[in-house]
Amino acid sequence: MTQLLQPIAENLWTNEPEPALIGGRLPSGKIVFPYPSGDAAEGVEPYRLSRKGTLWSWTRQDFQPKEPYEGPEPFQPYLLGYVELPGEVIVETRIVDCVLEDLKLGMPMEFVVAPFDATRATYAFRPEKA
Amino acid sequence: MEDVYIIGAGIHPFGRTDGRSGRDQGVFAVRQAMADAGIDWTDVGCAYGGSAAAGSADIMVNELGLTGLPFINVANGCATGGSALASARNAIAAGEFDVALAVGFDKHPRGAFNAKPREYGLPEWYGQTGMMLTTQFFALKIQRYMQLYGISRETLGRVAEKAFRNGVHADHAWRRSPVDLETILNSPMVNDPLTKYMFCAPAEGAVALILASGKKVRELGADAVRIASVAVRTRPPGSFEVFAPSVDIDNGGKPTILASKAAFEQAGIGPEDISVAQLQDTESGAEIMHMAENGFCKDGDQEQWLREGRTEITGKLPVNTDGGCLACGEPIGASGLRQVYENTVQLRGRGGGRQVPGSPKTAYSHVYGAPGLSGVCILER
Repeated sequence: MTQLLQPIAENLWTNEPEPALIGGRLPSGKIVFPYPSGDAAEGVEPYRLSRKGTLWSWTRQDFQPKEPYEGPEPFQPYLLGYVELPGEVIVETRIVDCVLEDLKLGMPMEFVVAPFDATRATYAFRPEKA
Repeated sequence: MEDVYIIGAGIHPFGRTDGRSGRDQGVFAVRQAMADAGIDWTDVGCAYGGSAAAGSADIMVNELGLTGLPFINVANGCATGGSALASARNAIAAGEFDVALAVGFDKHPRGAFNAKPREYGLPEWYGQTGMMLTTQFFALKIQRYMQLYGISRETLGRVAEKAFRNGVHADHAWRRSPVDLETILNSPMVNDPLTKYMFCAPAEGAVALILASGKKVRELGADAVRIASVAVRTRPPGSFEVFAPSVDIDNGGKPTILASKAAFEQAGIGPEDISVAQLQDTESGAEIMHMAENGFCKDGDQEQWLREGRTEITGKLPVNTDGGCLACGEPIGASGLRQVYENTVQLRGRGGGRQVPGSPKTAYSHVYGAPGLSGVCILER
């Protein structure tokens, strides 16, 4: 079903059976996310980020954000946080397929493309399935 | 550099003032500050000021008088007040003027700030998917900090409880009724672990400070406090800041640590020498983390500090004596100067019901904001 949804933005994650976020590798070797735009992209190589990481921090969005937020109506609280991709970068992400109480510092997480609204998909991480 | 002093401090009450523009609140504060200093507008040699959402400051000359003075607009986000103060101080220290004005004001619509991704150089999807909220950043930062250093939810609550208790005694505060710990902890969650009463709200208000050279202080016989140091710093590599789609895995420094060190170095004193501190408390967790980032305690010690009341007005290091952002709200352009205003009040012994006992001699203020900058000012009596 997710395959029928349009990505919320182009070139945010790879188009392959097991997609991954697209970051950038700076000339210094440092990994960044997202891949920079405009002049900042000069000398930055696209870098396929790891699909697995550990939970760095998290929270739940309990009130409906103002625009530019474009989530579905009626508003449903959602989880988000940061996932550390070992040796690469710590990425901010939506968190799906769990509840707030499940989340623990350092727990294993895995990448997933998740529905955002009726027509679009976004990226997320979820607790790794044992 | 020549010593620079604050000789006048004015404030327009924070909160909501329907029917009065942000800039008019600024003019109100300037007039109060001039009256406090015992000077006229014609005495002011130069002015620096601004707001984040209420327009330019220099138009104030329409109301204050067309004296021809240079009036520099400052648009530096959360550091607008701090940058205005630093610039005004430098103008006097350089010997170009004897009297300078620093003014900050603002008027924000109700509810959380909604920043535009493009203005921060970020992609549209970051805002569209609901990850570009300042409240989330504060929750994410304190959530991790609580896990790493054993800070309890109750301690978060105690910070807010103290803020509302102190705000009762501050004429300029917005929230002036005490709120008990249980109510704070059980109020609606905004972003876990932070509840509604643990967050400050965007608001309105204005602060003006009149700065003067030592020569002018003696001429006026002013009730002056000395600016021992001012430092504004932007973020170093590897820091974790508001509006960050990613964070460097090499955990780096923090703008607050940089600004704090620079301010202490300039002043030639250390955290143990400070009698009273105003620390950025956008929410309860920020005050806790900023206690450590500014060098006042070790990470994790806040749990004990709050339990023992060490940051109460009667404690070892009173923090946010006017209730801080939690009780006053946050008009971005004015908020940093409110902290310096409060420290001026405290050092002059004019705090009334919120006066720190024992004639405090040194006062510290710290403002933090997007996209990762801090301003610190140390005052001495």
